[in-house]
Amino acid sequence: MTEEVKPKALRKESVLEGKAKALEIEGENMAGEAKTREFWRWPETNWVNPDIEWKKGEMITAGVDVGSVSTQAVVMVDGEFFAYGNMRTGSDSPDSARKGMDFALEKTDLKIENIDYCVGTGYGRVNVPIAQQSVTEISCHARGANFMYGPEVRTVMDMGGQDCKAINVDDQGKVVNFIMNDKCAAGTGRGMEVFAELIRVPVWEIGTRSFKIQKEPPMISSTCVVFAKSEVVGLLESGLPENDIMAAYCSAMAHRIMELLNRLGVKEKFAITGGIAKNEGVVKRLEKELRTKTAARIWSKKEYVDRGYPFDTQLAGGIGAALFGQALLKMSKAKSARKA
Amino acid sequence: MMIVVGIDVGGKNVHIVINKDGQMLGKASAPTGIKKEGAVEQLYSAALKNAGIAQKDVERVVATGSAAKRVAFANDIIPDATADARGVHKLIPSARTAIDVGAEECRVIKLGADGNVLDFAINEKCAAGTGTFVETMSRALEVSVDEMSKIALQSTQTLSINAQCAVFGESEVVSLIHQKTPKPDIARAVMNAIAGRIASVARIVGLDADVVMVGGMARNAGFVDSLKKSIEMNVLVPEDPDYVGALGAAEAAFAKP
Repeated sequence: MTEEVKPKALRKESVLEGKAKALEIEGENMAGEAKTREFWRWPETNWVNPDIEWKKGEMITAGVDVGSVSTQAVVMVDGEFFAYGNMRTGSDSPDSARKGMDFALEKTDLKIENIDYCVGTGYGRVNVPIAQQSVTEISCHARGANFMYGPEVRTVMDMGGQDCKAINVDDQGKVVNFIMNDKCAAGTGRGMEVFAELIRVPVWEIGTRSFKIQKEPPMISSTCVVFAKSEVVGLLESGLPENDIMAAYCSAMAHRIMELLNRLGVKEKFAITGGIAKNEGVVKRLEKELRTKTAARIWSKKEYVDRGYPFDTQLAGGIGAALFGQALLKMSKAKSARKA
Repeated sequence: MMIVVGIDVGGKNVHIVINKDGQMLGKASAPTGIKKEGAVEQLYSAALKNAGIAQKDVERVVATGSAAKRVAFANDIIPDATADARGVHKLIPSARTAIDVGAEECRVIKLGADGNVLDFAINEKCAAGTGTFVETMSRALEVSVDEMSKIALQSTQTLSINAQCAVFGESEVVSLIHQKTPKPDIARAVMNAIAGRIASVARIVGLDADVVMVGGMARNAGFVDSLKKSIEMNVLVPEDPDYVGALGAAEAAFAKP
């Protein structure tokens, strides 16, 4: 019976949807369509390494990075990249950690019980029930960047969802010094999401589009994201092309990050991790301001590049956490928690 | 007979005061909107018409506020702090500290006995500690700002909002709502957060009695209550606190022909 009711209700909706679509073709219902789209929502991804048989591995470790905006779960087999899941953080940290891990393991028969050791990190690290240990995200990003970009990395900039950290590291990926902004949304991923939502352009398109301009516009002058919003509305109203406004916002963000980096001092090789690292509009402008190149976003391990393993800058924290788990097991500072 | 006009163009609203020989003849306000010039001119004509005055009879126009330059027909522009000080002094001569919390900035001004500005501190970089912060939170709470002001006074428990940033604060308010925290308590926490922020701006110049609060946020009783507790002093609020800047500008126009 319920099955009969459901399609009816659905049909009603689809009739409306059909109407909306028809109108959209006529170009009259763009606002309705735009209202339901979430421009801040970036694609969630997961992946499993086809070259590793996890059953042959000695140590299976995992890192779960529960950030304020995104959650990544990374599984490593004997220190090699095996699987990951990258998704949005929900309202509940333990739940987000579990979902992230399930997402990472979705395409493999490896189960949570098969994992020897799991380390939690990020903003919600103390709330990761599947983790045996927690390590700060500063240490994990430093360690993860070392693995991803190579031991020559000396400065890591993690541009996260609600904070922004500049970290100086040694050749082991150990933290030498760091400085962070977690008080203000300017210069964070959240700021970019708010902007995407305002200008109604998907967040991952902003970087590319910000270069489709005739001439570099002056940057948005307000630091505060809330005030920048009014400034952007004014610019839109004044008829400045959307792409120019994106350029102006990316410049402002690059400038803000540069101010933070200059307080710490940037040393090459300079690597960027976190979601904003994917935004060329910010990264290229930051390079220009700093007069320093950022490390190319490719694996330092040649075989990873050759085999085409996905390189996702958001994974640095999770990878670092999984590597910490492995190190703890190796040094016999921890016991395997494997249940199956 | 001398007719002068003071115009205060702020981040959110325009306020106009028409004075005749030092007495208020008319006042008007409207949202600034995006086309500030248009909004100012429209409101100016409407205000004059309402007061029954022809534009040619206006001797001087003085503008103030963050977008004062948009008043093309102004004879003079004075800084916000000066306008606030003059306006506050006119209404409450015993005032020694003026706190102006507007839509996009907050100012704390130390006044001399004759209403001159001795010192002032300002936050205009960040929405924390401004009216915009309350507005952002009221949207998250799904109540009007007026309603929020009222319910804040009914709060029974003290919570704190840790985020200073309005963007992060919004997420914090949303999670409080998810935890089924009563709205009055959240409203109170928001007011306390801004009051704390303004108190720290005030500490830069020091607080002397009488403390007078002006600007749009002075209409928010819930906020004024939080501010009193935060600075541990009494706070006086004049009638029409959001017109004080425009009044000060009109005073300046009258004093300097």
